[in-house]
Amino acid sequence: MRKFYTLWSREVAVYFRSPAAYVILFFFLLLTGFNFWSVVNALNRGPSQVSLVEAYFNNYFFWFGFVLPFPLITMRLFAEEYKLGTIESLMTAPVRDMQVLLAKYFSAVFFYLVLWLPSFLYFVVFQWQTRLQAATAVGSYLGAYAMLILIGLFFLSIGCLASALTRNQVVAAIISFVVIAVIYSWSFLTRLFPNVSSALQDLTNYFSAVQHMAQFSQGLFDTRPVVFYLSMTVMMLFFTFQVFQYRRWKV
Amino acid sequence: MIKVENLTKRYAGFTAVDGVSFEVGKGEIVGFLGPNGAGKSTTMRMLSCYLPPTSGRAEVAGFDVFKESLKARERIGYMPESVPLYNDMRVCEYLRYRAALKGVRGRRMKERIGDVVELCGLKDVERKLVGNLSKGYRQRVGLADAMVHEPDLLILDEPTIGLDPNQIRQVRELIKNLGRHHTILISTHILPEVEMTCSRVIIINRGKIQVSDAPENLRARLQATGDIRLEGRIGDAERAAKELEAIEGVKAVTVVGEGEWTAFSISAAPGTDPREQIHALAVKNGWPLRELSRDRVTLEDVFTEITHPEEA
Ligand SMILES: Nc1ncnc2c1ncn2[C@@H]1O[C@H](COP(=O)(O)OP(=O)(O)OP(=O)(O)O)[C@@H](O)[C@H]1O
Ligand SMILES: [Mg+2]
Repeated sequence: MRKFYTLWSREVAVYFRSPAAYVILFFFLLLTGFNFWSVVNALNRGPSQVSLVEAYFNNYFFWFGFVLPFPLITMRLFAEEYKLGTIESLMTAPVRDMQVLLAKYFSAVFFYLVLWLPSFLYFVVFQWQTRLQAATAVGSYLGAYAMLILIGLFFLSIGCLASALTRNQVVAAIISFVVIAVIYSWSFLTRLFPNVSSALQDLTNYFSAVQHMAQFSQGLFDTRPVVFYLSMTVMMLFFTFQVFQYRRWKV
Repeated sequence: MIKVENLTKRYAGFTAVDGVSFEVGKGEIVGFLGPNGAGKSTTMRMLSCYLPPTSGRAEVAGFDVFKESLKARERIGYMPESVPLYNDMRVCEYLRYRAALKGVRGRRMKERIGDVVELCGLKDVERKLVGNLSKGYRQRVGLADAMVHEPDLLILDEPTIGLDPNQIRQVRELIKNLGRHHTILISTHILPEVEMTCSRVIIINRGKIQVSDAPENLRARLQATGDIRLEGRIGDAERAAKELEAIEGVKAVTVVGEGEWTAFSISAAPGTDPREQIHALAVKNGWPLRELSRDRVTLEDVFTEITHPEEA
């Protein structure tokens, strides 16, 4: 556990030492801030069916800002170690492969959470300033943020796998971006083909991130997406583990 | 300390290390020599648990490098050939990180880092970013990292490339001193260094071990073939050659230079050194001599002889 902490804290330190991280944080803040502002503006124009939280988590700006950071957060995790050759000194120290993998993964999770932290403050400030409710119920917050974390865990694990596949960070970023974009676009399949059978629609909805978010941000819990994202994450990390070991053994 | 049996590493059809077996005892300093691509780094990587062997086994401090890799790794300080370091960390920060990874903590960490910084001459660059260090200093950081947890065995892959002459001498001294408490396996292309520091030499070529012996013994093996050179003011070269040939142990005498001074090249039978008798003969005949010497065989000759017999 101590070794895990040593590894993890180095990985986290790397994030906060690199200027690129602050650029990401800055633009992300800009984007989410703009999203918040535009949502508030839209709701100002007239009465609406949806709460602020719902509106915030279910528009295109949100999804754009949501999908973009994953490749950037995860691309260097393994690729850089391969490139610099530091994987050799790292793996000849008495640490387990699994410790290294989890330390890297959870450092990415940590950065991801830091990235989203300000968005929560928007709502706090909003409620404090306007004395209006941003959400219809607490469950709405909980649901939205729970889904944010669940989908985040899954997408980060995809990025982690992509980074373990190559020594080139750009390639890693492209792989994870494409895969994440495909998974995300899956949600729009039913909109493109509205006439398909309802069984097929159910199936796409079952895997649809957009659908999950829409549902959870209304405060409607469902265990199926939770199980889905967690098991997918575990599976991706398992693949990463295999790839990581295989590459080391082959190189 | 190290026990290697039939260790083999194959890369996609190419055998880099081919059935290598050797042992290294506690407290030995072993020089690992061989031409480029001989398989030195590959062997060291397998010993330090980075690469799994294709077949065969290796043990370090009684632990199998493959099956009990973690325990073996705790006892090994390994410095890879390319000295990979994290460029975004400061030297002291990097050493602290590495020490923590290797289970050195608290007061002991402070002591150990103080020691290795002192030993490797890193005091001046402690606060510098690793990425801004010169090659030699990177090398020193790598060395400090390898020693920081006081491992039983140090595996150093070309630790002195890129160092300045002063530093090479310091590292050599350092290695000699470390040899009192540690076992060291060191690969290098600087042969005089090996002669000065190592108690044993293993020469590997094309993935196979050619010899494993003390440097003196290796030299003695070749010494036998070294020719003796005699140069003196000798009137009758023919007669002198006859007299020289009569000496026990002398196989052949050739005149290599004539004039005021006559030079002979004398080859002696293996394992003999007839220089004393030659001197006695010269005294008897009253020859003024200005040279009586035998080529000193260096480890370099041994190395060439073993790895490139056709050029020797
Ligand atoms: N990942 C790899 N894939 C294929 N072949 C490899 C790989 N790594 C090393 N080799 C080959 O294995 C052989 C041994 O390499 P190794 O690095 O062990 O040599 P070395 O003795 O350390 O040489 P040097 O003195 O140049 O450091 C070389 O022919 C090299 O090309
Ligand atoms: Mg090498």
